[in-house]
Amino acid sequence: MKNIRNFSVIAHIDHGKSTLADRLIQHTGIIDDRDFKDQILDNMDIERERGITIKSQAIALPYRARDGKDYILNLIDTPGHVDFSYEVSRSLSSCEGVLLLIDASQGVQAQTIANLYLAMENDLEIIPVINKIDLPSADVERVIEQIDSELGLDPSGHLKCSAKDGIGIEDILEAVVQRIPPPKGDPGAPLTALIFDAQYDPFRGTVIHCRLFDGTVKKGDSIRFMSNNAVYKVEEVGIFSLFRKKTGKLSAGEVGYIIAGVKTVSDIHNGDTITHDTKPCDVPLPGFKEVKPVVFASIYPIASDDYEDLSVAVEKYTLNDASFVYQKDSSVALGQGFRCGFLGLLHLDVVQERLEREYDLSLILSVPSVRYRFTFTDGRVLDIDNPADYPDPASIIKTEEPYIRATMMMPERGLGSVIKLCKEKRGVNSTLNYTSPGRVEFTSEIPLAEVIYDFYDRFKTITQGYGSFDYDVIDYRESALALLDILVNGEKVDALSQIVHRDGARARGIMSCERLKEEIPRQMFKIAIQGAIGREIISRTTIPPFRKDVTAKCYGGDITRKRKLLEKQKKGKKRMKMVGSVSIPQSAFLAVLKTGHN
Amino acid sequence: MKDSATPDVAGLYIHIPFCRTRCGYCNFYSVTSLFRIPAFLAALMKEMDMYSRKFSIFDTVYIGGGTPSLLHVQQLRDIFQKIEKSFVLPPNTEITIEANPADLDISFLKALQDMGVNRLNIGIQSFDRQILAFLERRHTAEQAIYAIEAARNAGFDNIGLDLIYGVPGQDMASWLDTLSVAVSFHPEHLSCYQLTLDADTSLGIRRQKGDFSLPGDDLQYDFFMKTADILKDAGYIHYEVSNFSRDMRFFSRHNQKYWNHTPYLGLGPGAHSFVKGQRWWNYRSLEKYITEIEAGKQPVQEMESLTMEQLQLEALYLGLRTKRGINISKFAGRYNCDLIAQKEKVLKRLQEEGLVAIQNGCLRPTLSGLAVADSLSLI
Repeated sequence: MKNIRNFSVIAHIDHGKSTLADRLIQHTGIIDDRDFKDQILDNMDIERERGITIKSQAIALPYRARDGKDYILNLIDTPGHVDFSYEVSRSLSSCEGVLLLIDASQGVQAQTIANLYLAMENDLEIIPVINKIDLPSADVERVIEQIDSELGLDPSGHLKCSAKDGIGIEDILEAVVQRIPPPKGDPGAPLTALIFDAQYDPFRGTVIHCRLFDGTVKKGDSIRFMSNNAVYKVEEVGIFSLFRKKTGKLSAGEVGYIIAGVKTVSDIHNGDTITHDTKPCDVPLPGFKEVKPVVFASIYPIASDDYEDLSVAVEKYTLNDASFVYQKDSSVALGQGFRCGFLGLLHLDVVQERLEREYDLSLILSVPSVRYRFTFTDGRVLDIDNPADYPDPASIIKTEEPYIRATMMMPERGLGSVIKLCKEKRGVNSTLNYTSPGRVEFTSEIPLAEVIYDFYDRFKTITQGYGSFDYDVIDYRESALALLDILVNGEKVDALSQIVHRDGARARGIMSCERLKEEIPRQMFKIAIQGAIGREIISRTTIPPFRKDVTAKCYGGDITRKRKLLEKQKKGKKRMKMVGSVSIPQSAFLAVLKTGHN
Repeated sequence: MKDSATPDVAGLYIHIPFCRTRCGYCNFYSVTSLFRIPAFLAALMKEMDMYSRKFSIFDTVYIGGGTPSLLHVQQLRDIFQKIEKSFVLPPNTEITIEANPADLDISFLKALQDMGVNRLNIGIQSFDRQILAFLERRHTAEQAIYAIEAARNAGFDNIGLDLIYGVPGQDMASWLDTLSVAVSFHPEHLSCYQLTLDADTSLGIRRQKGDFSLPGDDLQYDFFMKTADILKDAGYIHYEVSNFSRDMRFFSRHNQKYWNHTPYLGLGPGAHSFVKGQRWWNYRSLEKYITEIEAGKQPVQEMESLTMEQLQLEALYLGLRTKRGINISKFAGRYNCDLIAQKEKVLKRLQEEGLVAIQNGCLRPTLSGLAVADSLSLI
């Protein structure tokens, strides 16, 4: 056990975490350079393209240190986005230490701090690593200063590297061995293992990623999940090399996997404790909670015929993403679909993209919503996230919406605009902190619903990319709500209905109408687009018809040519949704969904 | 004379793939190597032999191109003699020939009459010198006027004129000038085509390079509507998007076969044929056409069997280009589709918008409907 180190790399998005992981893997020589695919831990296309790690993974790196001894360094990768902070915390509790990676030109950002707190909560050894030191814009001195002033860490313990160019990698591995403590634990004690991830393998079912704190687990053992007392028989255990490697057993201190005939990833809960069925441990490991979705939207196939395909895709997708929840839903305008819950907006984007890409589907999303709380005249309290379920206003006595505490870090010069933005977004109880010369930390309590629209984009624009953002859901607060409907030629398009704050309803209505006008192509007849609250029309716009659209000449008997053109157009039209007699392209739904500031 | 083609009697199209010069907008197949005319004619005769058992009777014959009028009288006479030897043409067969005004003189026109040609379609395009030059026509406005008068003098009582509008540089006044000159000759038939440029034509390539642009939708619409108005006042029936006729008797019977899924046989390179849900077309290459026929093979490049869905779509888009529209019960019987039941909502809407009307069991486009006929067919 004293030759094992379990560690993670934590960083703000784009500070180079995946690249560093790649270099560490390469350095230990478990893979040929020429077989090396950049960012090997992010094995999904989307992860690589977006530069974020959605699903964490682990890998065991063999390393001979300068002391001449051989070590196993278990690198546990963590998701790099605020939507996934619980997953990050579970990965971190499997470690004894972390590399806190900071971009030398960007400095400390909100997620640097958020991740640092998570690491501190888990009592981990923290090694600050300054990355991208070779960039022309690198300001290493400033970062060292921030490590002291903003992070409260001993700046003398920092390391410097350029993961991209492979500079400083050896020192990092050496520090992992020397400074991160080896795991403690008793292989003879009752089994106590923490689940920090799970993946679906179409041949083997769910592969559980876990860290053993005490005890030993072997093939053939009966294990129990302490959150729900489900019992499974272990079929295989092993460690993560580049691929899974059977070892027959795992002992205290080790990180590895268990395959035990678990059908879906949803049957596994990150943070849950595994123990032996016959000889259980006394108490589960602390920190377990069920992840709850906070953003909701309905998804529909563009072609109604694709519903069955979508249904299969959603089911398969859930095998690998336990934080995605769904149930059947149907829309008058869009037909059958699913109401889905997501951890946040990024999670929503990722799910949509993966469903479309991996299952070759074209989807329409309804306007995302948060879960609102309604109190009725008869005393009932109901949480509602679907505008379609909006209750009769006469029966409501109180409406509430969830608030978050947003933590934003940025250069001081963007502060005025950010304060204005937060105010516009109904932010309250703001605090301001000068963390280091020229940099501020600003917090504000903002309705979550305001943040899921266009907050990120505007914040990023204002701070020119130098701002960072992190949030926690805090509580529900009373708020005046209304249901905004969108009508196209007098027909309500239920997928475009939105629950909105009363004060912002008119502006949202106007914006939605304008966005639709930009995206819906002219058609044979005039299209009226209206925003309505109840029976009151609060916004309207019209799309004039086109008047000329006919080919002058059918070329002799060559009817085929023109037909082929029309068939192509018809196919294009099938990719639009018919609402009444109006064809609405997917882009129109997306445009409303992204409703916001221009 | 009959009003329209007898149902299901086939039409014959013969493509003469030669032009003295190519016009930059034209996408029909033609070559300028006129020395190959004898070889082509020999092949054409053999192609007729290949079909003489499969087809027995045609009540329309259309000699198109290319430029059929550049053939010598004797060459045309040979073609007609071969047609009559191979197939039956009933007494009132509509026999059309397309002509370039520059090729027409009184003796040629009289010879055509003698051969039995009873419908003359002249490619006038414009009476404006600049427009003619832009379109790369090889004749002048004066030649066009002479040709029409000569045709009348030769005794043609069914003359069609082709005109083009929407040419870059052409304003409404210039177009209306051309139109009124055309109307002053009281042609039995007028085709007014909006200029459309395929990407692979020489004008199409110039347009893509940005040398010029075509009029926008609103102006095109104005051209279309104004043309319809003026010709209506002049007593013409607007019986298809681009086609006008002084009387139902003068509707192009041959073209209607294309629009009604009536069988037709097309001979010559690039020509299309259609029989009972099957369509096939010849190689769009004169040399390939000749070598295939010389090898004893039909020069067919491709054949397709149309699915019911494809037939439906064709019938919709072709039918909705005509004033007569679509006979709903016939459509249901032929294409297995009850338009009224299946498209109830959108048809109601289109009626409200004045784009279609349902009259006497027919779904008909209105004038504004004709202007958007392509979209109508996608309902």
